[in-house]
Amino acid sequence: MFGNLSDRLVETFKNLRTKGKLSPADIDATLREIRRALLEADVALDVVKAFTTSVRDRALGDEVSKALNPAQQVVQIVNEELVVILGGEQRKLSFSKQPPTVIMLAGLQGAGKTTLAGKLAKWLKDQGETPLLVAADLQRPNAVNQLQVVGERAGVSVFAPEPGNGKGDPVKVSKEGIKHAKQKLFSVVIVDTAGRLGIDEEMMTQARNIRKAVDPDEVLFVVDAMLGQDAVNVAKAFEDGVGITGVVLTKLDGDARGGAALSVASVTGRPILFSSTGEGLDAFEPFYPDRMASRILDLGDVLTLIEQTQKAFDEEESLKLAQKLANETFTLEDFMDQMQQLRKMGSLKSMLAMMPGAGQMRQQLENFDEREIDRTEAIIRSMTPMERRQPKVLNGSRRLRIARGSGMTVTDVNSLVNRFEQAAKMMKTVAKGGVPQMPGMPTGMGGGFGGVKKAKNKGKKPSSKSGNPAKRAADEVAKVTGQLPSSQSNNGAGSAFGLGD
Amino acid sequence: MAGFQFWKKKASQDEVAAPVESTAEQVVESPVELEAEVVSKPAEPAAKKVAVEAVELPKRSLAKGVRSLFARIKFNPENLDELEDILIQGDFGVDASLEIVTEVKQRAKMAGAQTEQELKDILVAVLVDKLERSDKDLKLDGKKFPYVFLVVGVNGVGKTTTIGKLAKWLTDGEWNVVIGAADTFRAAAVDQIATWAERASAVLVRPKTEGQDPASVAFEAVELGVKTDADIVIIDTAGRLQNKTDLMDELGKIRRVIEKQTEITEVLLVLDATTGQNGLAQAKAFAEIANVTGVVLTKLDGTARGGIVFAIQQQLGIPVKLVGVGEGINDFAFFDATEFSRGLVA
Repeated sequence: MFGNLSDRLVETFKNLRTKGKLSPADIDATLREIRRALLEADVALDVVKAFTTSVRDRALGDEVSKALNPAQQVVQIVNEELVVILGGEQRKLSFSKQPPTVIMLAGLQGAGKTTLAGKLAKWLKDQGETPLLVAADLQRPNAVNQLQVVGERAGVSVFAPEPGNGKGDPVKVSKEGIKHAKQKLFSVVIVDTAGRLGIDEEMMTQARNIRKAVDPDEVLFVVDAMLGQDAVNVAKAFEDGVGITGVVLTKLDGDARGGAALSVASVTGRPILFSSTGEGLDAFEPFYPDRMASRILDLGDVLTLIEQTQKAFDEEESLKLAQKLANETFTLEDFMDQMQQLRKMGSLKSMLAMMPGAGQMRQQLENFDEREIDRTEAIIRSMTPMERRQPKVLNGSRRLRIARGSGMTVTDVNSLVNRFEQAAKMMKTVAKGGVPQMPGMPTGMGGGFGGVKKAKNKGKKPSSKSGNPAKRAADEVAKVTGQLPSSQSNNGAGSAFGLGD
Repeated sequence: MAGFQFWKKKASQDEVAAPVESTAEQVVESPVELEAEVVSKPAEPAAKKVAVEAVELPKRSLAKGVRSLFARIKFNPENLDELEDILIQGDFGVDASLEIVTEVKQRAKMAGAQTEQELKDILVAVLVDKLERSDKDLKLDGKKFPYVFLVVGVNGVGKTTTIGKLAKWLTDGEWNVVIGAADTFRAAAVDQIATWAERASAVLVRPKTEGQDPASVAFEAVELGVKTDADIVIIDTAGRLQNKTDLMDELGKIRRVIEKQTEITEVLLVLDATTGQNGLAQAKAFAEIANVTGVVLTKLDGTARGGIVFAIQQQLGIPVKLVGVGEGINDFAFFDATEFSRGLVA
């Protein structure tokens, strides 16, 4: 679960523990893996190339050759460099000194502009602004209706003098919208425009004309998180064709890795201001570069997780568990204890949301059925104490008995045992002071172990996820229960990740 | 023109039904005796199909890169690595790009191919070989009517627009089309499909209440299609991200509800050509829950190539059947591997 990248880098550097130093060839091998990971995450090829070149320079330096775990160090560099590109220009929404503030939305068809318009409006309204939505998409069937419904739900006014569906002039409507806003003293105007292709000359001219007509304080380029290699072409076209001031990433509640974010940020140099994380009006938040970097690399927001679990977990319990790990005596019973601990924490879901691969799981988490824990517990309770301590004895007839006793199927039992074994294996590795380490950790925590060990759960590779959504959710639980907290203090590193307290 | 309605009678497959003019109202009040005599139509609905000119696929231009690659006369393997880059940039994905280039290299070696044209031809041939499928045709030749198409996909890909295009094509061919507006979630989604239904002269089945269970709307649409002896029922569904279990479960339910009434002829997954590698994840998830039978690749009129369909066809065996090339009602074409490949290599 700590991503294919981590796994692969570990593989690449298996020999290093004896060798001790990284050669340029080793670096290149690492960069190839990183290149692959970024491409799989849909970062545009040219961006990947430029990026790996800049990482290479750093990677050849001391910080890697002297690191206890070079592979991990390289990943950390990559993570940091990604954050710089994604967040270098981080800023808040620009408001005009003279109201109304005008925000124009632009982007490809289907990116989520209209939905975003509603969210933005509501968000601004909640901040005390008086937003006006302007329906300047007069092209797509019933786009005006959609904005009207969205406006109604958000409790904001919508300026829609033309019915659309081909009727009306978007430039004129936009202009009139601003006039209307000034007259009626709205503080913010959000102009929703039609989706358009970057190579559509006519439509790009229209967009330029809308821009001229409304003189916006922000032109937000709305980008679907699942956008692939074409991101560079599209970004360039909109940057050149209309001019953009900021970017909004949508549909981040999906499981696309979102490499387009990096592509767009690289090509335009514009900041990504917001993340749209669902269809609901409140599914809207500021963009966090560090989280996006982790998502692209499939690393997860590990520090936050540790921060939060620290508060909830019993330190004594953690120490006990660490002991077990050290002695390699982690049993199914301990597995069950951990799950119960997690449940005690209350918000299993918000904790899971911080797990690596969260982007993939996020909506599953919304629907996560805590009864899955019950079911897993039921299975474990149907085992004899001996079976829990030594799952290796679980032959067919035992599994059948357990299945019957717990009201589950043998498949469920098998699945649980597999998940447990994976978790146990990972913990063994960690207990021996081995890799993989958690990347992105402050250097003070890297490498050595204190009295308390951190556990990692490699989990399954994404491609081996069960097709059964319920099973998938269950798998994620198992991954979580393998993910144990550290009670070491965190040096406030969490705040470095842009998370408020 | 007034819709033609084939008179139903107990007929063998050989008998050709005689056309009867219906009333202006699209919904035909089926006399009881007709309902009891639901017969199979003549085996050749081709008679009803108008030979609509498929829109010519826009020429895709890998030309720049490939051209420079083969500018030299001599075949140079290093240049073909650039081809890999080009394919990656077309969203084919790292593995597929390597696979294609490896194959091209092999064939080129065996054939002693050296010139730009030869190598291009090989590339086209490799692509065609890998993309060509015998099951790429839209299933419009079954014996049992109405056909039922279920249209699925993530948010914003162009499901509703695609239905509008398909419906128009069919009604131009004198088919009776019923559309089920089973996206009961998104703001003004029903209004949107209603506009398309009107443009396509198709009958629309709307939800009776706001936020009505989509499965029940689908049910009602199929019911009406059967009752009015429609030729095809096309069901629009809400966009849904494939990692949302509850929404995917809902889709599963929609499918099952329809299947209780009748067989689903096609489950079309609409895929945006600009989508990156996530397209494969989409296809996998939708295939599992909805038994996808074909892909519609939309927005191909932009700069994206939709290379992910390569992996989808290869790994999942799901054929691309249609491509969308614009927002207009006629802006679509039937997928053809040769045309597509030639366009890519032009």
